[in-house]
Amino acid sequence: MRNPDDGSASRGAVASFSATRLTSIVVALAAAALVAAPLLSLMRMALIGDADLWPHLAAHVLPVAAAQTAMLLSGIALVTVIVGIFPAWLVTTFQFPGRDSLQWLLPLPLAIPTYIAAYIYADLLDSAGPVQGALRAVLGLRTGDYWFPPIRSLGGAIFIFGAVLYPYVYLAARALFQTQAGAFSDAARVLGARPWRVFYDISLPLARPAIAVGVALALLEALNDIGASEYLGVQTLTLSIFTTWLNRGSLPGAAQISLAMLLLVAALIALERYGRRRQTGRSALHDGRLARRIELHGRTGWLAMAVCLAPALLGFFVPAGFLLREAMSRAVSGGFDLELLRHTLNTISLAAVATLAVLAIGIAAALPLRFVRMPVLLGCLAVASMGYAIPGTVLALGLLSPMVAIDEAINAMMRSFGGAQVGLLLAGSSAALVVAYTVRFASMSIGFVQAGLATLPHDLDHAARLAGAGPLRILRDLHLPLLRPALAAAALLVFVDCLKELPMTLLMRPLNLETLSTSIYQHATRGSFEEGALAALLIVAAGIFPVVLLIRLADAAETRRPSKGHRGRPGWRRRGRWYSPTAPLS
Amino acid sequence: MFKRAPIAASIAAIIAVTAAAGSALAQAGDVNVYTYRETKLIQPLFDAFSKETGIKVNVISASSGLEQRIKTEGALSPADVLLTVDIGRLEDAIKAGISQPIVSPALDKVVAPQFRDPEGHWYAISMRARVIYASKDRVKQDAITYDELADPKWKGKICIRSGQHMYNNALIAAYIAKHGEAKAETWLRGVKANLAQKPAGGDRETARDVAAGKCDLGIGNTYYWALMMNNPEQKAWAEATKVVLPTFDGGGTHVNVSGVMLAKHAPNKINAMKLIEWLAGEQAQHIYADTNFEYPLRAGIAINPIIASYGALKPDSLPLAKIADNKKAAAALVDKVGFDN
Repeated sequence: MRNPDDGSASRGAVASFSATRLTSIVVALAAAALVAAPLLSLMRMALIGDADLWPHLAAHVLPVAAAQTAMLLSGIALVTVIVGIFPAWLVTTFQFPGRDSLQWLLPLPLAIPTYIAAYIYADLLDSAGPVQGALRAVLGLRTGDYWFPPIRSLGGAIFIFGAVLYPYVYLAARALFQTQAGAFSDAARVLGARPWRVFYDISLPLARPAIAVGVALALLEALNDIGASEYLGVQTLTLSIFTTWLNRGSLPGAAQISLAMLLLVAALIALERYGRRRQTGRSALHDGRLARRIELHGRTGWLAMAVCLAPALLGFFVPAGFLLREAMSRAVSGGFDLELLRHTLNTISLAAVATLAVLAIGIAAALPLRFVRMPVLLGCLAVASMGYAIPGTVLALGLLSPMVAIDEAINAMMRSFGGAQVGLLLAGSSAALVVAYTVRFASMSIGFVQAGLATLPHDLDHAARLAGAGPLRILRDLHLPLLRPALAAAALLVFVDCLKELPMTLLMRPLNLETLSTSIYQHATRGSFEEGALAALLIVAAGIFPVVLLIRLADAAETRRPSKGHRGRPGWRRRGRWYSPTAPLS
Repeated sequence: MFKRAPIAASIAAIIAVTAAAGSALAQAGDVNVYTYRETKLIQPLFDAFSKETGIKVNVISASSGLEQRIKTEGALSPADVLLTVDIGRLEDAIKAGISQPIVSPALDKVVAPQFRDPEGHWYAISMRARVIYASKDRVKQDAITYDELADPKWKGKICIRSGQHMYNNALIAAYIAKHGEAKAETWLRGVKANLAQKPAGGDRETARDVAAGKCDLGIGNTYYWALMMNNPEQKAWAEATKVVLPTFDGGGTHVNVSGVMLAKHAPNKINAMKLIEWLAGEQAQHIYADTNFEYPLRAGIAINPIIASYGALKPDSLPLAKIADNKKAAAALVDKVGFDN
């Protein structure tokens, strides 16, 4: 990579770029510090304790937890890959009945919180549930007479996680099949290759990096889960952190396991970054035209539809339908709880503000590297990406003390000016939640910004500098506009994740504040989550909108003919970043 | 979508939220409660308290970590009162140094000594027992001891939630306190061998599994059964089972409490004391009995008829603090016998 400071620019620009160097470092350090603060306070927690508990953990807890976690994650990886890739390939390569609707119905499971899906499927598929009940009635069986796959099990967990997390892979694969792989597929098809061969020899290898990214995101989500795995009886490492803290009475021990788990997560993030490594440059081969879809007729067409419908059905329509039925029967008997309106407003405004903050930190952490290549900046980037790696509740505990420290400083200052105590301005207000979400989801927007930047050639920056633009101007008029698609995609995913977030919200929210997920939780802990159906449905509703928007944006961009209305657009405009809706760059 | 207007609107939103956050900070004259009890359960209590006294109750409810939050918040903590279930958590909170003694002759009069900390750091305000939901069709016995749960005659017949859940943790801790670790291990291995399925779900799922015929005996808390009886969709699960109050060999039934603590740095101590005393008062205790289906701790308050239908409860005589002392040992034992695996 060329060093932007290599002297090719004018003297004035060089001077201004030295200032840039300083600014870049300051900005990146600030972003990293935000995430480093809770990590450091966790390390302090881990160090306070001794390692007394480890022999016990090593003998009785960690082997099982590690094995279960490994099996769970491999199972989820397998399911999300299969369920994510095939429909993505079908909707991009073929035209078949229902294809146009299915392609945007398929990502909807993103809007279903995993633990809600777990409750619902346990309700439906357990021996007391309607499915087995119907089986018994039809076949004249009694409980115990027959075998039915147990839903509260490792296998059940893999099924449920897979059903709601596959969209990460689907979205990644779809964008790639649609664009980059499209050009090659066209060529192969012209040469007479059958669709299946094109898929296996061309589309799949090309999409592999994007798929790795999608799988890594799905696995990180699964690794953070606590509600679903506890309910389904899967002894994950994450669960062992909680039992170590709460039952084995060792917060240091819990912090120690969390930090050890960071290694596992670092590996997943490395996988994601490795996947993305080869994306740069690839896209140059794509001319922006979509491959023509092959018509599937008759039975094959219906089969394709069934293959695409099944994941959407299991991941979205079954849970959403269940919630709808429960919510309606409750609305009939109990009316509408106006409190929910307030919770919805809280949830959406918190998610919106946090999303903006997450975008800001993504830019602050990733963009400096564009101007200055320095190891310290890479370090900052790595640190700023680590929030995703710590289970929510543990991260919340780690965040508390730095925030309280700031509050204490503010109060001390107020006192020294003879003012009154102001209390916990930061740790005791909604600001705490915004900070928490930002730390947690920063890595998502960093990843998107990084990937977006990777597709913009450096020549562009050089040209701008030669034309006399300063770094701020380049940032404002060049990078930010060009990153819009990446930022939009990141914003939508982060927004949906903030809507669903539970563990940090639960522990860090200020007095009297409830969000939709905490209100569902109130019912769930009493063992009657169905009473929270309406709140869950509101999360789904608030989540669907961005998901559909994401797909629509992508389609709007992809169906646009590149030759029209893009006067003299230079060749750097690439499509087909896996994540990207590639919105019009005007 | 990133045009100027939305950005301006977003900035306005940030300011609005921050302002709202500021106003959400505790006002003097209120009382701030951190609670492990779900808002839906306790809101009726707070509403009644506010109506009677004019004191507004601000609430944070969570499932774990509140002690840690109060501890970290330190002297600036707005917390006045901590409401929690489980004796282990009450004792943990004392150890965390986040409480101060409650001095109230009025409370001492209505809460028996075994249901409060000797130094006044916690007072229990309601009680529940860990009991057996037995299949009406398949279980003939009307009395079962906890020890019997390990009897091979129940092989493949018992359902229970995770051994690491605090309800089970306390039960196992009580067993250790009464019979020692060695015997407890044999017992727990026996129970494990009798399980129909891997421990999972919650107490309601346990009842549902018994109703569905997956198992004959389920372990659950007293109030869940009553809550199910009052839920049209779940009534069938309760009706398929009968509640048996088990006993320890030569002892009574395992009980646990929900309790209240006064935060060390409580900024509204006077209001906090009013609330704490009110929670042990007649009106609150009636709500505990009839809405939450718990055993009220104030003498003279009637137990809800559904709960009373289980039979006369004879709480085990083991001091509650002993259960808390064995909490870690119980967690380690669950690990050791691989109860949840």
